Amino acid sequence: MNMVTERYARYLAEHYNEARRYDSRTTIFSPEGRLYQIEYAMEAISHAGTVLGVLAKDGVVLAAEKKVTGKLLDLSGVKEGGYGGSGEKIFLLNSNVVTGVAGITADANSLVNYARQAAQKHLFAYNEDIPVELLAQRLCDLKQGYTQYGGLRPFGVSLLYAGYDVHYDFQLYHSDPSGNYSGWKATSIGANNGTAQSLLKQEYKDDMGVEEAIGLVLRVMSKTMDSTTLGSEKLEFATLTLDPTTKQPKARIYKPAEVDALLVEQGLAKKDEDSEMRAV
Amino acid sequence: MDISFALTGKGFVIVAADTTAARSIVKMKLDEDKIKVLSPHLLMAFSGEPGDTVQFAEYVERNIRLYQIRNTYALRPSSAASWIRRTLADSIRSRKPYAVNLLVGGYDTSTHTPSLYWVDYLGTQASVPFGAHGYGSYFALSLLDRYHNPEATLEEGLDTLRRCIDEVSKRLIVAPGKYKVKIVDKDGVREIEL
Repeated sequence: MNMVTERYARYLAEHYNEARRYDSRTTIFSPEGRLYQIEYAMEAISHAGTVLGVLAKDGVVLAAEKKVTGKLLDLSGVKEGGYGGSGEKIFLLNSNVVTGVAGITADANSLVNYARQAAQKHLFAYNEDIPVELLAQRLCDLKQGYTQYGGLRPFGVSLLYAGYDVHYDFQLYHSDPSGNYSGWKATSIGANNGTAQSLLKQEYKDDMGVEEAIGLVLRVMSKTMDSTTLGSEKLEFATLTLDPTTKQPKARIYKPAEVDALLVEQGLAKKDEDSEMRAV
Repeated sequence: MDISFALTGKGFVIVAADTTAARSIVKMKLDEDKIKVLSPHLLMAFSGEPGDTVQFAEYVERNIRLYQIRNTYALRPSSAASWIRRTLADSIRSRKPYAVNLLVGGYDTSTHTPSLYWVDYLGTQASVPFGAHGYGSYFALSLLDRYHNPEATLEEGLDTLRRCIDEVSKRLIVAPGKYKVKIVDKDGVREIEL
């Protein structure tokens, strides 16, 4: 053994524990060529509330399952104000993009903030709404960074982006913690996303209008969610369409009362147990 | 001393600029191209401080090209003009500002509309049906007011341009002898002889 390797062996022996600790903290390849931190992040997402997106010819529809619920949760701030929704799963990123997030909510909030800033920077420089794919790219560049730079954990978030721009009209994108993104006609992330996607594959039609897409999204959502009944305390819902007069994209994130009204309209509303009992 | 004109018509924009490069009272060159092709559907006529003009035009050209390579689609004319305006607005607030005036003409392939922007060295931008920079503007703008028609065919548009050039030749002491004329429409950019 020569001097150099001998010294290296001694170094390794002295620093073994330190080195191992460092390995587990950074995103490095495993001997099989995998990035475990990324896979763990994706695993975290597959336990999160489901998010569904469907692209129609005249709009995009998003729905999300809320996990943080309960009788004691104070939702009084949710009913009024803001853009709608409960601020847990669905967010307005720009006037032409709505996003649904699945994963660690704290990480998602940080990404939403980043996306809103990226969109405003684009508006500042180019005086136009950011093209949807470009916004997805901006976020993915950030997410990819955390698969490479040492000592930091990747974002445990997948997003669905529902957007509109003049280049490709209505669009639906998905991005994951590795920084990959792809465009979809209909897709799903979070818990039970496999079931949701196979249902979507069966029922999706290419010439669907937004009304039809709303029906499809709610139907699939009701089948994949753990709870038997749908209601605004478990569901967030949003659409992106074109305003008929201005021809500008119009995002609508439903308020809880509007979600319940929609479910009644679609015949998927929560059944009132008392009246059912009385009927029997 | 540079003179540039531009006007829109039905589905096209015509951009014209003189081809004289002068220093003091001397004509140094008679075939200078003062209209940059920024992208397949975007033209920019530039005039102003010699040196600044070419430097700035090349800077814009390369940044627009970079955007196109990075983002798969080209900037639309309105976005490109906004970015150029922003660059000039930042420039005039710097230690060494560019003294460059521009006419940015383009055809938006996503909305199928021609558009023209008048931009000056102060960072002013206006979307206009026709525009001019330099001494030529004193003669041409009134003519364009009278004869410009946004629904004109290309031949009618070129006739209006000829009127402007002829008037400048007739009345301006230091009228340039030659102009370069470029057109942008749905098929892209091309140069024509008047």
